[in-house]
Amino acid sequence: MQIVVNDEVHEVSAKTLAALIDELGYSGARIATAMDGSFVPVPSRGNTLLRDGARIEIVAPMQGG
Amino acid sequence: MTKSFYGTVLSSPLMLGTAQYPSPDILRDAVKAAQPGVVTVSLRRESAGERAGQAFWDLIQKLDVPVLPNTAGCHTVKEAVTTAHMAREVFGTDWIKLEVIGELDTLQPDVFGLVEAARVLTEDGFKVFPYTTEDLVVAERLLAVGCEVLMPWGAPIGSGKGLNNVFGLRAMRAHFPEVPLVVDAGIGVPSHAAQALELGYDAVLINTAVAKAGDPAVMAEAFRCAVQAGALARKADPMEERDMAVPSTPVVGKAMLA
Repeated sequence: MQIVVNDEVHEVSAKTLAALIDELGYSGARIATAMDGSFVPVPSRGNTLLRDGARIEIVAPMQGG
Repeated sequence: MTKSFYGTVLSSPLMLGTAQYPSPDILRDAVKAAQPGVVTVSLRRESAGERAGQAFWDLIQKLDVPVLPNTAGCHTVKEAVTTAHMAREVFGTDWIKLEVIGELDTLQPDVFGLVEAARVLTEDGFKVFPYTTEDLVVAERLLAVGCEVLMPWGAPIGSGKGLNNVFGLRAMRAHFPEVPLVVDAGIGVPSHAAQALELGYDAVLINTAVAKAGDPAVMAEAFRCAVQAGALARKADPMEERDMAVPSTPVVGKAMLA
């Protein structure tokens, strides 16, 4: 299945958002996620099913003004 | 009178941004010199390999200063609301500096989107710090949807032009005497910050003026002193301006030598 993560296309085997995070190497990272423009909180990642072409955003703390 | 921000009294009226510093070490030195009441932070895309976000988070935690996450770069209500939710989860705070940008040249807030996003976020339990203009009608709407703090701009973000509309900022202070007010954006030098505090503003938010100074840590210290001076001056009740000169040296008893 092809998933777009932070504007980059990935071919993945994960079925859920939680599995995707592990598969892409984000395990244990301090991150927040959104799918197709909607926030997905940590407790919901395990039951958030991916679909082909889904757009995932993975963000982390960064400098800000 | 020291006002609280959603029940929290800040240790300093200086809010300091963490962006654009030449290095993490210089950012750390600047924060130590500024002794700010809060530091502002943001969210950006994370690379699984670099883990830059984790390194920044470690640095911020060591500074031991409360954080105020922002929604910088958001142009729609949906973007801003989603970003706020992600920030609450990552930073563990329900404070959010709400930016909904409406125009690219001035980075002026889209005040219509701002009010709507503030309404949604307040209903979701956020404590919203809205980046707004000095427009009193917009301010009333923001308060009506639950904001307890207002953050009018001094001048466009990053411009360093200071307080462009002193009359408007003074009117806002007079119109909302009980509301915590913060001048956010446009401050370029410490005297601008002191002026904001002298006008009765409760805090200032500064980033570029410190980060882009030749020596950010020294400039941070200058801003720390400036907000202290401004707050003291406000407390001391400044004299009123006069159009005509009035001699400060007594004229009574002056020798008649002409």
